[in-house]
Amino acid sequence: MSRAPVVERVPSTAERLLAPVILGVVVIVLWQLLAGSGLIEAYLLPSPAAIGAEIAAFLPSMASAAGLTGLNALIGLLAGTIVGIVAALVASAARIIDGMLAPIVAALAVVPIVALAPVLNTAFGADAQTGRQLIAALAAFVPVFINTARGLRQTRPVHRDLMRAYAATPWQVMRTITLRTAAPFTFTGIRLASSLAVISALVAEYFGGPRGGLGGLISTSAASSAYPRAWAYVVAAIVLGLAFYLVALAIERAVSRRG
Amino acid sequence: MIPTSTSTPPSAATAVSARGVDKTFSTKQGEVVALSGIDLDVAPGEFVSLIGPSGCGKSTLLRLIADLDSPSAGTVEVFGTSAHQARIDQRYGIAFQQAGLLPWRTVAGNIALPLELHGMAPAERTARVDELVALVGLGDFAQKFPDQLSGGMQQRVAIARALAEKPALLLMDEPFGALDEMTREYMQTELLRIAAETGAAVVFVTHSIPEAVYLSDRVVVMSPRPGRIADIVPMRLGRAADRADDLREDGAFFEMITAVREALHGAPVTGPRGVETR
Repeated sequence: MSRAPVVERVPSTAERLLAPVILGVVVIVLWQLLAGSGLIEAYLLPSPAAIGAEIAAFLPSMASAAGLTGLNALIGLLAGTIVGIVAALVASAARIIDGMLAPIVAALAVVPIVALAPVLNTAFGADAQTGRQLIAALAAFVPVFINTARGLRQTRPVHRDLMRAYAATPWQVMRTITLRTAAPFTFTGIRLASSLAVISALVAEYFGGPRGGLGGLISTSAASSAYPRAWAYVVAAIVLGLAFYLVALAIERAVSRRG
Repeated sequence: MIPTSTSTPPSAATAVSARGVDKTFSTKQGEVVALSGIDLDVAPGEFVSLIGPSGCGKSTLLRLIADLDSPSAGTVEVFGTSAHQARIDQRYGIAFQQAGLLPWRTVAGNIALPLELHGMAPAERTARVDELVALVGLGDFAQKFPDQLSGGMQQRVAIARALAEKPALLLMDEPFGALDEMTREYMQTELLRIAAETGAAVVFVTHSIPEAVYLSDRVVVMSPRPGRIADIVPMRLGRAADRADDLREDGAFFEMITAVREALHGAPVTGPRGVETR
């Protein structure tokens, strides 16, 4: 008997998209059955149907909460990105500044958001979003700075030789080679920063300040034992984080296609 | 160090003139003498190859001519001015072993790079790029990106880029070193055609004896540790511009290969003294 030849099949796009969707549906169905069976108390694990009902009932409130948290995250992400890029450019221009910044960034990278949130919330007053935006900016700054600084060091020697042979000015070298080489690295940093900014803006809301954001509503819902509603806001937070990540990923893909 | 050779003043009639050139690199292991007492003249329109084993300083010598490095002693002049001034004035075009194309630019964009940097007007630039793309036979690929091209095609783009500003001197550092043998022979014949069409002098670094013989008017044989010129072998094969592939099977071609090989191996054996260069 001869064996059929083994042909490597490349899964189609539809198959690649369908597989995780099917898994998700299966998980939700099992979850619903488990929650409905009475084996687990409803406050420990609300059923997907209950969460879905809360989502439907509170959609406008969820959208405005996501908008508020999202705006804080976005402002923080933009500020952190700008400061991160500028700091990386300065560090790459002067080795001594690089040496001064490196330990500070390392220190910033390990600062826990939970430690800073109460301090900044109090410092900027109970009715300001500034503290939250600052926390998001701080979280976004670190990956953007580290990746941009690395990208600025990736210039290939053959390109440097070429630019010297062309007697190019430092500004021309910066524009034509250095920045363009660093760009994909910077956008990788922004992609990493996008999730961090959302998480930080959200977590910062747990420590007081104005109400109305996703983080605040998750904690109030949980505190008033409205567990399905708390989970509904968690779903909204996941959607918000995913939206940030996917936009950043799309921009990164577009920039890194060549290079 | 003071050049010990009896110097003759270089004239503007030479494309390249090196006099008593030394180059020493400081490394962690100490001083490495890469070049010692180099005297070399290249005439306008002449094709000169630099050949020798690894560490003989042939690439270093090319970099000194290009003013990518500075000599420790001696002078390098290009068309009667200092190598530095020649670089500022863009008197030469250069191509390296790596094509060194910018991956985010198309073929046309890569060839346009030096023209852009030196402020050529866009309309003029487009016309010049069209000429160059045709010159290296890449007419259908002008809008492709480097990662869509074979190694040989990328190297042709690099050569077109080197020729963009019609330099009278072309400096090439093993440009075909990474290509397969068939592509390599094709590129060599193409280079002879291009050099003849442009009338440029070429200084060509290689470690292939047949390549040096096929391309050159003169082959400069170098020896390592310290890098010096062991011999200069004139090729008696007719004008480089008139050569074609059938030369590769000609008896005279093999005689010249033998002559270069003997010059390479007949070079005084210095043995392992001083510092290894790698």
